[in-house]
Amino acid sequence: MPFISNYIQIRNNKVYKNGLLLFENSAVDFGTFAKNLYQQIGIVYPKFYKMDNLCQLAFLAAEIFLQENEEKNVGMIFCNYEGSLDTDLKYQQLIQDPNNFYPSPAVFVYTLPNICIGEISIRHDFKSESLFLLAKKYQTQYILPYTEYLISSKKSEKVLCGWLQMLGTNYAASLYLVESTGKIQHCESNIETIISTDNTNDYA
Amino acid sequence: MTMLKEQLKQQIIEALNLVDVTTFDIQDDDPLFGDSLGLDSIDALELIVLLDKNYGIKLTDPQKGKEIFTSINTLADFVEKNKTK
Repeated sequence: MPFISNYIQIRNNKVYKNGLLLFENSAVDFGTFAKNLYQQIGIVYPKFYKMDNLCQLAFLAAEIFLQENEEKNVGMIFCNYEGSLDTDLKYQQLIQDPNNFYPSPAVFVYTLPNICIGEISIRHDFKSESLFLLAKKYQTQYILPYTEYLISSKKSEKVLCGWLQMLGTNYAASLYLVESTGKIQHCESNIETIISTDNTNDYA
Repeated sequence: MTMLKEQLKQQIIEALNLVDVTTFDIQDDDPLFGDSLGLDSIDALELIVLLDKNYGIKLTDPQKGKEIFTSINTLADFVEKNKTK
């Protein structure tokens, strides 16, 4: 049976790794918070600044996990409710006025939520399985067995899973890494605890 | 022409979100694509929009883009000859 080796939660200007506060600042918006966190992580990846907010959120969360990861066969299963609505609305603003009609290709490319999986895959050279689900809440009952199937069938050595929220000023990410070793049992109750907004976790 | 080149550098930095890049980092004959600024194909499309929006130039033949976007020098020369606003 696989385990949850690490998990990360980002919300309210705070980053928790395995339940412990890793980073905090007093940024007034997500863009500033994301830039500060990017600088804190200490990587040089100029493409980060071109990503939309959803991608930056997923990218930063994954980066904290994966900086020391050498495994390339890592699957990804993400889930959210808003899709890419945050960027969809920005793009709509660009094409709203027929007298000022300049659709931005750089904004348009982010009008799909699964682009964040692509950005992480490019960064870490992943070529494994991936899935992005849109649902009102995290689909633990489907994602858990699918994750275990990916690992047991050797389609993925590790699977990065989690919930993302990005719309306007509301953002949150709860990601966890599943692999053959770890301290947290990969079960529904533990997944639900990680995905929940409470950072004072108690695992079975 | 010098003013136009500086203006283009500033517009490129803003349009392509080149954080941590200043106009001083872009030499007039630096290749815009490749290692120096790390621009990609989406950036090329964004530059086409920039030309339309700021200079009224509609680039209908994408094949010409490679030549026009070689450097700030080639871009400024093209804008100077074709701008309608």
